[in-house]
Parts: sequence; structure tokens; C-alpha cells
Amino acid sequence: MPEPILRTNNLTAWYGDFQALFGLDLELSDGEVIAIIGANGAGKSTLLRSIAGLNQSNSNQIWFRGNDIGALRADQIAQQGIALVPEGRQLFASLSVEENLIIGARSGRPGKWQLSSVYKLFPVLEERRHVPATELSGGQQQMVAIGRALMSNPELILFDEISLGLAPIIIKSIYEALPGIVDQGISAIIVEQDISKALSVSSRFYCLQEGKVALQGESRTAEREDISRAYFGVVQDEACHEGQI
Amino acid sequence: MNWINALVQGVLLGGLYALFAAGLSLIFGVMRLVNIAHGDLIVLAAYMGLSTTIMLGIHPLLACVVVIPLMALFGYVLQRGILNQTLGDDILPPLLVTFGLSVIIQNALLEAYSADPQKMNVGILETASLSVGGLSIGVLPLLTFIVAVFVIGGLHWMFYHTGLGRAFRAVSDNQEIAQLMGLNKRHVFGLAMALSLAVTAIAGLLLGVRTNFDPSIGGARLIFGFEAVIIGGLGNLWGTLVGGIVLGVAQTIGAQINPGWQLLAGHLTFLLVLAVRPRGLFPRMTG
Amino acid sequence: MNDFKTNYVVTRSSRASTVAMVSGIAVLAVLIAAPWWAGRADLRLMAELFLYLSLASLWNLMAGYAGLVSVGQQAYVGFGGYLLFALTMFAGIHPVAALGIVAVLGAIVSIPVAALVFRLRGAYFAIGTWVVAEVFRLSFAQVSVLGGGSGTSLPTKVVKSMASGRQAREWLSYWLALALVIIVIACVFLFLRSRKGLALSAIRDNELAAGSLGINIWWTKFTVYVVTASLTTVVGALIFLQKLRISPDAAFSVNDWTAFVIFIVVIGGIGSLEGPIIGTLVFFALRETLADLGTAYLIALGLVAIVVMLKAPQGLWGIIRSRWDIQFFPLGYRVKGSSLNPSTTGRSKMGRSTLGSTDMGSTEMGASEMGRLEDSSNKKPTENSD
Repeated sequence: MPEPILRTNNLTAWYGDFQALFGLDLELSDGEVIAIIGANGAGKSTLLRSIAGLNQSNSNQIWFRGNDIGALRADQIAQQGIALVPEGRQLFASLSVEENLIIGARSGRPGKWQLSSVYKLFPVLEERRHVPATELSGGQQQMVAIGRALMSNPELILFDEISLGLAPIIIKSIYEALPGIVDQGISAIIVEQDISKALSVSSRFYCLQEGKVALQGESRTAEREDISRAYFGVVQDEACHEGQI
Repeated sequence: MNWINALVQGVLLGGLYALFAAGLSLIFGVMRLVNIAHGDLIVLAAYMGLSTTIMLGIHPLLACVVVIPLMALFGYVLQRGILNQTLGDDILPPLLVTFGLSVIIQNALLEAYSADPQKMNVGILETASLSVGGLSIGVLPLLTFIVAVFVIGGLHWMFYHTGLGRAFRAVSDNQEIAQLMGLNKRHVFGLAMALSLAVTAIAGLLLGVRTNFDPSIGGARLIFGFEAVIIGGLGNLWGTLVGGIVLGVAQTIGAQINPGWQLLAGHLTFLLVLAVRPRGLFPRMTG
Repeated sequence: MNDFKTNYVVTRSSRASTVAMVSGIAVLAVLIAAPWWAGRADLRLMAELFLYLSLASLWNLMAGYAGLVSVGQQAYVGFGGYLLFALTMFAGIHPVAALGIVAVLGAIVSIPVAALVFRLRGAYFAIGTWVVAEVFRLSFAQVSVLGGGSGTSLPTKVVKSMASGRQAREWLSYWLALALVIIVIACVFLFLRSRKGLALSAIRDNELAAGSLGINIWWTKFTVYVVTASLTTVVGALIFLQKLRISPDAAFSVNDWTAFVIFIVVIGGIGSLEGPIIGTLVFFALRETLADLGTAYLIALGLVAIVVMLKAPQGLWGIIRSRWDIQFFPLGYRVKGSSLNPSTTGRSKMGRSTLGSTDMGSTEMGASEMGRLEDSSNKKPTENSD
């Protein structure tokens, strides 16, 4: 097995005064798409924030492409090629659509993604390029958020609840764009409430429960029952055990 | 005629106040920092101009070549060395640290230059004036006003049309997400303070050629700048220019009525605006 | 929760605070008797110290508890001074009687000022208060019967009316200053222990949460501002009753009446009652030994304040308290438990958001914990399992 592109090593995280992650181990190979599922408060978003450097981690807790990025700041991690599409879009309100995209390219990493290719992926954004980003509809804002992350030409992209608060038809069109993104050899971690959606686009999944991995496995062969057990914390040990077979 | 003259002089004086205010407005916009030492930094720049002119024997207005970069560098170092540590949810640390800084600068200047009033001599420029329709307009006040318009126009352009301006706005909108774009907010804040003090340097030099200055006058300059910012509306650079002009006109009109009322008229106008339009004339962001 | 109540004892007082009360009374007796044991210069110095301590305690109440960081309290110091001069000179009122009127007028004047400056938030509030102080200064400089810009002296007639004989006057000044500082500290202490004071601590700990609990933040802050202004005016009146001379620049000096006061509070420890006391003692000790250095002394003071703010934001008192876990003024609630688990009490159970910035890590609880623990300040220890 090749050296994973991302590896967390006994990762812990605090959310204010509360511990949110308890020694999480996770691996991701080059070009792979994995899904993180779990109930509210299971630590999914905290995991992504830790990887992106928004939550403080310690050295040796996160390795990316053979580099220890655990103790790096968020901006340094971004320079290394990890991009986060944050929960709730979080566009820059005083920047136009195009400026939001341009600032995504701030780290200056070379690659395929630039304004023209993002506009090709989401043509509607080109029409509205000079509009203040927060005046767009929710779905279009999500496209800007994804485009903004792509502009840094990341090797690993983290999606946090990209379907949250969007109409089903919009969710569908955004997920249809996903293969076009990860086909380029970008690895991805997808955090999603909608389990079937998450499993359909990923090759493997991790199910978190109270800051620990309760279940992991192949997305294709995942058993619904196991997942709901891991999801809600019923007979946790058993669920973990079965999942690792 | 006297009144029209007072009005024109007030507008021109407003240019200087807008310059006092621009640096204050800039750093508040980017990092919500209110720098209590701002006025003392203006005075510091004036003294740096004085020393530069004496040591290099150059014209005071040429001193900007030295003073602007020095002040900008000082701003960057100050921000990264001290002020970045004070930023957060609590408003006390930045306030008290810049307050301490204010006392330090004031007394350091007192130690170095004594309390005697100083002034930079700009020769013929000092008394030169243009005669327009029966009004006599001093070249120096006019120059100050033009510089103010250019500085504010330049800052505005920088804010809305350059990568640095984008970074400033992004960090101002959301510091956390801005970091995800690879922006080091500490560095961005350092640059904002550098720019703020570069503008402060211009303001200080113009102050130093226009009037007498001594180490104790910083507080009043801070207040003038602050009033211009609030009158104009937070976060709006052109509004700040208007705020400066309103303040300047209020002061010259007040002085026209009674020489003792110059400053009082300015402050009362500010309080009036605060009472009637608490968010200023052209607000853009909330304090 | 039940568990919690039976195993732990919640009290307000501690042995240190009892000891402090007893020794406090002793110190007070010694201070009242000072005219019989101290020299004239010492008496004056102590009176000045009391007045600074009053200013510092009041500023601390505003900034450290109500979050109102004013750099314009000199407005009230100067106003008080000028009022005292005006009342005694033109209305022929006895200086001591005038103090009462000064207090009332100070409160009245502060109401419209508060209505105005409360429109500004945070640091802008600070500079706004400074503008108001400037308006006061410039206005009094326009009053020619009070000497205009150059100021005036208190007429000998008025001075003599205070008490017969110079010594009697000096003793009276001293006792007035001592009485005032006791009143101020008692006011601050009682205020913080009152319902409003508890609300204040709640605001400091979490403004949003306090608002959702139905605490009217605006009114609480307003009350603090007005009470502080009133007492500050009296301090100002006493300061200039001692100086016997007033001028706009001296009366409304931002350095003398605000900068030094802020340094005292920051160095001593903001947000605690003990902090201003320690800070004032340190400030006077430094001033008496280093004042000859002039500007260098002030630069050093500024540097110390910055370093304290950055490295030890709880000030000297914070350092002392975290080392020995003592408090002299029984304000917070203390939990004494037989089996307190430090990991749960320190971090998760009583997170910083509920404890407030001053109480990190110690076992003293902020007032916002009130809702969970009934007021049991008078309860005897109930049970200790170990």
C-alpha cells in the first residue's frame, strides 16, 4: 500500500473547554474520496477544522504528503495544498463573486484551476461575477465556496456539509459537479449529514461518534444497520469490530 | 466675506483632519483596533521630520522620503511585536496597551526634544497664497487638502482594486476563513498598521510645517481624527474626508464667532452628530 | 446536581477574608488616628493616596466589572473641583456641605453625558468620553469669573471657613479623604454584592447570555456610570480643596486623573477589589522613589503597564491570588469540596465563559454560577465525606 496522502495520528481536539476529538486515527490515499458521517456533535466538523489548521493540533498528529503539519497555522497548511469548503459557505461579504474566487488563488499554487476553469464548471458564476457574493442564492454561494477552494489548486479538498440548507435539486447539481473535481486527482474528504449521498460519492467512510471512530469501511459494501448502530451509539464496540473486518 | 473665508479655511483644515483620521479608520476597518497612541504617532512623525530636515539639511516636505518608510516599518514591527498579541474578543488589552504606548511616546519625545514648541520652516511656501474671487487661500493649506484627497483616493483605490486591499477586506470580513486562503493574518495586520503609519507620517509632516507642535498635543490630534471618523461614518473613507471637513468648518466658524470657541465648536458639532445620527453621516460598518 | 450540593460547601467568606476584616478594622483605627502620629507631609501624601485609590476603585468598577472603559473621568474630577470652588465662592456654602451638593450635581450632569456616549461601543466609547472631558475643559476655560483659562485660587475667606487653624484644616482634609475612600470602597463592594452587582458580573462574563437571562444591560451599565460619576466628582472636589487652586488644564488633565489611574488598576489587577489597593500602593511607592527621574519614570510606568497587560493581565493581585488562593473581599462564591476533581472543575464544568476572566482555574466561582447554586453564604458547612 502506498504512503497515504493524509494521516492523522491519535488526533485530539478541543472545542472551547470541551474535548471534541479523542485520539482519532484516519488515513487517506492519493486520489481517494472518503466520507465522514456521524450524528450532530460527533466531531466531524472539528476533524476538518483540525486538518485545515483552524483548530490547534500538536506536531505529529497530522501528516500530509510525508510532512508533519500538526502544529502549522491555517495559512501555512493552505499553502501546502489543503483547501476547506467551510460549513455555511462563509463567503467574504465585502468581496464580489470574482474577488472571492481570486482570493482563493492567493497561495499562488500552480495548476489547472483558475477563473476560466471554475466558470466552466459553474457557468452561472460568470454571469454574476461582479455581484457581491452574499447577494447570490444559497446554491450559487456554495458554488463560489467550492470554486474559491479549487482556485488554490489543492491536492486535498475538505467539504463540510455542502448540502446544508440547499434545495434537493441544487444539491443534486452540486454533487454532479463533484466527479469533475476529484477526477483531476484531487483527494477529498466529505462531511455530510445525508449518509446515502456521502456513501455514493466516496470509496470509504468513517463513522464518528463522540469524537471517536465508531465504524469504518468500504462505502459500497456498507451495511445500513451497522451504520445506524454506529451512528446512534448502540452497541458501539460490536459495530466497530464488525466494520473492521 | 469673513464667513465665506472661514468656510473655505475650514474645508481646507478638514483635509488635515481627514489625514489624521484616515490611518485610524484604516486599522479599525481591517482589525477593529482603536489606536489610542495614534495622535502621539502623528506628533512623532512631525519630530522625525524635524530631525530629518536638520540632519540632512533638506526641505521639510522632502523629509517624507525618509519619514514615511520609517514610520511604516515602525508600524509593522509594532503590530507584529506587540499589538497582534492584544487582539481578541476583549477590548481592554488593545486599549490599555496603546494607551501605555501613548504615554511612552509622549514622554520619550519630551525627553528627546523638551517641551518647547517646534516648527518646520518651509520658507516661501509658508506665506504664499492664491487670490481667488477676493479670498486669500494659503498655498500650504490648499496643498494639504489636495494631499488629503489624493491619500484618501489612493487608499480607496488600494482597498477596492488591489490584491492587498482584497486581503484587507477578506480579513476584515472573516479572519478565520481568510487564513484558509493562505493569508497570514498577523502579516496582513502588520501591513495594515504599516500603511496606517505611512499615512500618519504624511499627516505629521503636514502638521509640522503648518503649526507649532510639542510633545503634548497628540491627544487632541487623536480626538480630531476620531471625530472625523465618527462624523463621516465608520468604515467609509470618503465619509472620513467629509467628516474632517465638517469638523474643520465647525472649528473655523466657531473661531469666527469667538476665538475661544474654535475647539469647543468642533467638539459640540461632533456630539450633535452623535446625538442625531449615532452611526455618522455615511456609515458602512457597525462599531 | 444533588451530589454536588451534599459534597461541597459553598461560602462567600474565607479565612483570609475574615482575617482581612479584623486587620482591616485595626488598620482603619490606625489611619483615623494618623493626625496624632504622622507628620504634615505624610498626612498630605496619605490623603492623596486615598483620593487616588478612590479614583482607581471607581475606574475599576466601570472598566473591570461593567466593561465601560472610560478615558474621560477627568471630566468629573475637574467638574467636581470647579463646582466646589463655585459653590463656596459664590453661594457661600461651607466646603463640607458643598461636597454633598457636588455629588448630586455630578450625578445629574452624568445622565445626559451617558445618554450620548453610550451610543459608542468599546474603544470608541473610550475616546467619546475623552471628547466630553475636553468639552468640559474648554467650557470652564470660558468662565471668566472662575479665572478663565488661567484658573483661580480658593479665597482665604473660604479656606478659613473650613475650620479654625491650619492644623485643624489639614486634619479635616485628611479625614475627609479617608472617609471618602472608605465610602467609595464600601459602595463598590456593596454594589458588587447586590443583585445589580451580580448582574454586572454576569455581563462581564458573557454579555449575550446575560441579555438572554433578562438582565437589562443598558440600565445596569447606566447606573454604574452615574454612580461612578457622582463619586468621582466628590473626589475631584476634595482634590482641589486640598490644592486650593484650580485651572482648566490641571482640573481636566487626562494624564493625572485618567492615565495614572488606569496604570494603577492595570498593574494592581483589573476586575478585583484588591487590585486598585495594591496598584495604588505600588504607584505611590514608585513615585516617591523614582519621581526624580521625571519623564523616564513615566516611560517606565507605561512599559510596566504594557508588560503587565500582555504577560499578566490579572495584574499583581492576580499573581498573588493564583499563588495563594486568597481574597480579602468576600465577593465570589467559593467551593470547598472533599473530592474536587481538578479536571472537571477546572476545564469543563466551570468553563471560562461562566467563570469570568478573573477567576480562571481557581476554585472561586463567578456570580453567574448563582443560578445553579443557591445563595448559601450563611450556611454552615454541611457535610464532608472524607
